[in-house]
Amino acid sequence: MIEYSLLFAAGCYGAALLLDLWRIVVGPDAADRILALDTMVINVIALLVLYGVWRGTAIYFEAAMLIAMVGFVSTVAYCRFLLRGDIIE
Amino acid sequence: MSHEGTLLFLIAVLPFVGALLPGLMIRAGRTVCAVSTAVPTLLALIMLLVLAPAVLRGEVVQANIDWLPQLGLSASFFLDGLGLLFAAMILGVGLLITLYARFYLSGDDPMGQFYTYLLLFQGAMLGIVISDNILLLLIFWELTSLSSFLLIGYWKHLPEGRQGARMALAVTGSGGLAMIAGMLILGSVVGSYNLTDILQAGDAIRASEWYLPALILILLGAFTKSAQFPFHFWLPHAMAAPTPVSAYLHSATMVKAGVFLMARMWPALAGTDAWFYIVATTGLITMVIGALIALFKDDLKALLAFSTVSHLGLLTMLLGFGTEAAAVAAVFHIINHLTFKAALFMTAGIVDHETHTRDIKRLGGLRHLMPVTFLIGTVAALSMAGIPLFNGFLSKEMMLEEASHTDWFGSPYAVPILATIGALLSVAYSFRFVSHVFLGPKREDYPNAPHDPPFGMWAAPAILAFLVIVIGVAPFLAEGIVTAAANAITGADLHPHLKIWHGVTPALWMSIVAVLGGAVLLTLHRPLDRAWISAPRPEAKPMFDGLVAALVAASRWITDISHNGAISRYLAIFTITSVLLGFAAYSGSGLAMPTRGLLGVPPVIAVGWIMLIVATVSIVVMHHYRFRALTLLGIIGLSISAGFAYLSAPDLALTQISVETVTIMLLLLALHFLPKVTPKESAIGLRIRDGIIALAAGGGVGSLAYAFMMRDIETISDYHIDNSYEGGGGTNVVNVILVDFRGYDTYGEIIVLGIAGLVIYALMHALLDGPAAKRLKNTDYSQDRSRDRHPLMMVVVTRVLMPIALVVGLYIFLRGHNQPGGGFVAGLVVAIALLMQYMASGFAWTQERKKIEYHTMIGLGVLVAGLTGIGAWLLGQPFLTSAYTYVHLPPIEEFELATAMLFDLGVFLTVLGAVMLMLYSLSRIARFAGETVNVTPMDYDPGGYVTDEEAER
Repeated sequence: MIEYSLLFAAGCYGAALLLDLWRIVVGPDAADRILALDTMVINVIALLVLYGVWRGTAIYFEAAMLIAMVGFVSTVAYCRFLLRGDIIE
Repeated sequence: MSHEGTLLFLIAVLPFVGALLPGLMIRAGRTVCAVSTAVPTLLALIMLLVLAPAVLRGEVVQANIDWLPQLGLSASFFLDGLGLLFAAMILGVGLLITLYARFYLSGDDPMGQFYTYLLLFQGAMLGIVISDNILLLLIFWELTSLSSFLLIGYWKHLPEGRQGARMALAVTGSGGLAMIAGMLILGSVVGSYNLTDILQAGDAIRASEWYLPALILILLGAFTKSAQFPFHFWLPHAMAAPTPVSAYLHSATMVKAGVFLMARMWPALAGTDAWFYIVATTGLITMVIGALIALFKDDLKALLAFSTVSHLGLLTMLLGFGTEAAAVAAVFHIINHLTFKAALFMTAGIVDHETHTRDIKRLGGLRHLMPVTFLIGTVAALSMAGIPLFNGFLSKEMMLEEASHTDWFGSPYAVPILATIGALLSVAYSFRFVSHVFLGPKREDYPNAPHDPPFGMWAAPAILAFLVIVIGVAPFLAEGIVTAAANAITGADLHPHLKIWHGVTPALWMSIVAVLGGAVLLTLHRPLDRAWISAPRPEAKPMFDGLVAALVAASRWITDISHNGAISRYLAIFTITSVLLGFAAYSGSGLAMPTRGLLGVPPVIAVGWIMLIVATVSIVVMHHYRFRALTLLGIIGLSISAGFAYLSAPDLALTQISVETVTIMLLLLALHFLPKVTPKESAIGLRIRDGIIALAAGGGVGSLAYAFMMRDIETISDYHIDNSYEGGGGTNVVNVILVDFRGYDTYGEIIVLGIAGLVIYALMHALLDGPAAKRLKNTDYSQDRSRDRHPLMMVVVTRVLMPIALVVGLYIFLRGHNQPGGGFVAGLVVAIALLMQYMASGFAWTQERKKIEYHTMIGLGVLVAGLTGIGAWLLGQPFLTSAYTYVHLPPIEEFELATAMLFDLGVFLTVLGAVMLMLYSLSRIARFAGETVNVTPMDYDPGGYVTDEEAER
């Protein structure tokens, strides 16, 4: 059962990634792109966790945690750039 | 090392140590400076004399210290007869020159510099003649080129001096390069770079097929140094040097280095037809041409310079004959030439010093005004002419004797006749030196009223002139050293007898013809001189200048087409070369059959693949919009990190994602001050070209990776995996490689990273001082901005996240040795945690809470890593050997402590410091451009909230 749910979940996140990709490439706004990129980061985190569950190892959780921790920093930086120009004032 | 060996070593080192003195002692006065130069020289000379008796008995003194045994390079010296002769000449004349220069140099000349250069040169020259290792010899050889460059160009204000120094360096330096190649060939033929071994392997060398190339290359070095035709032209131009330099370098020492080398290599290289025809012919031609030009030179020093060229030709010819008697004659003539030529140069210097001219046509009749100088000059010049009872006569007789029975391409007359002509011309210019300068009527139009110089100035040439007569009258006095040197050259056991009268031999007749012919030639000098001046003849300087100009133009052309300042050009050249080399390697040997099959592609992985491709192609299409390209870059970084994780490289995944974040922040910081859109600059054709190159390179790398992954190849990884735990005490092989197996590399890399951080800091400093500063100041960045400068929510989130991030960093750091992680990732994670604070609450607020300078952090990191490495030395282990142990502290589980962790701490600190310094430097621009800073943590101050109660009060 867990196999199927993993496969289904992975399929969903994969599809989500493609949709994110579409949004980043097409835009039209910078804000759209940043948001899509951030979502993409979250989807990748989810996929890593799923992969860890499937392989039965904890190593991927750490990678996922690290991406979660620093991934949002890039998003913040992109946003600050848009809003204020200078990211460290 | 024996007692004698130690002395020899000291002799080699003394001049270099002594070179430090004059530059300092000049403050105590000019005489003190000269004395401080003379002392090391004198000490070395005394030590040499202590060693001399043994060497004259035929012993060889040796000293050896291993330097780089892997390269066959050792600091080994040996002193045999030949070395003793040259070392005595170098040190003895060095002393005389020191004395002479003290009085010759004027008060305006920086005397300390002069003596320092002189001692440097002396040390280099000494090194050549006593080296027992050809690599060491080559080092000293180059040192003489460099130090003579400094000496020739000593009068920096004179363009002739600078040009002459450049020419000398170019000619002797390129000859030196050729010689390096020749010596390396010799070394590989013999299998040793020790001179003693090479000299004993003469038969093997001559039988080798590499003999001729090695011979030609080595001779190129010797011929350029000793100013042999057609490389003779640099010597006269080097006469722009102060006269003491000319007397030292261009009569006694440097130009003899080539002759010395030929004498030194005589047992290894001489004795073949090639040697005879190349060396003897070059020497003969040089002797005649040098003497001919010397006769028509009006500049006293130029006359002496070409005469030196001619005499060097004579020596080369004698060595080229390859007979033992010729070697004896060569050694004897080396001594004689030294005495009379150095004396003549000093005489010329005195004349120049007193009359302020060296033009022979403006001189004459000086014998009454400068009787002492006249006497010294005449003695030396008569010796140069080869008049009996002066030492020049003796060796010239021996030379003519050897020449008289030498066949040249079957002709028994060619060499004797040319040698006689050379001797005749030599007589003519020697007589001219005396008669046109000192004899004749007194003139009224000298540029300066001449009189004899002070004793100190004529003492040195007087000593040499005295030697000229002593050896000329009692040649047996020189027999000991001549025998020792000749035996050292030939390796035979000779017992030559030097005497004045050999009976009526062909050589005597040739001498008589030469002297009479020379005298006649001098009486005809005036008409001949007119003919010489009107005759067209090749001038070396314009030819050399033309050659140099052509080389410069060619270099400039190559530089201009390859370094035009556009990075696309560089990348294109680099990429095309790599692709072509790769293709050449592929087409050379073909490929083995693949041993692996393809793996299946899960759909999610295919999605990742699509993401990479689409993002890459989109960047190519949209890269003109820089911000958009940056967001697309985010996809690529993310996909690569996830790919690393999927392909079992969690360390790389962690590192990649952290690096990605920091990179994006750096790029955003920089982009703020740059145009947001890249203009389209390249023409369409160029873009198509670059596209094709890029596709070829990508295709090449792709197929390379494909080819590798389809085959089972033995790699070094297996070794690393097998030995990670036992050798490095860690189960995370990536980390063990970084801190142990390749710890030295990592150490180098963190230093480079630290330097990069500091350089960015320094560049920013330069930028803000430079022309770009004004533009930065005048640009208005403030339009269309959000007023939410430091939003409350972000500040709170980053503050909360800070301890979490620090703990994660600490965790990753601590477990790095056995699980994914390590100092590098930890440094990046902590850097990101700090950067969040900078972003949220601004630069000034965060900076105020920073207790340690980032520069210090970098230095500390390198220091910690270095000390960890050095710690291994204390235990007698090589640098960076790691040790580990297991510790059990009650509340926690047993854990491992490894020295590698300390090293990792160094890595951590350096990475953190460097990254922070880079971002700090970039963000400084904004403050410079006039941005304000805030000192409060956020826009909205919760502490400023006033309760109703307080408001009522």
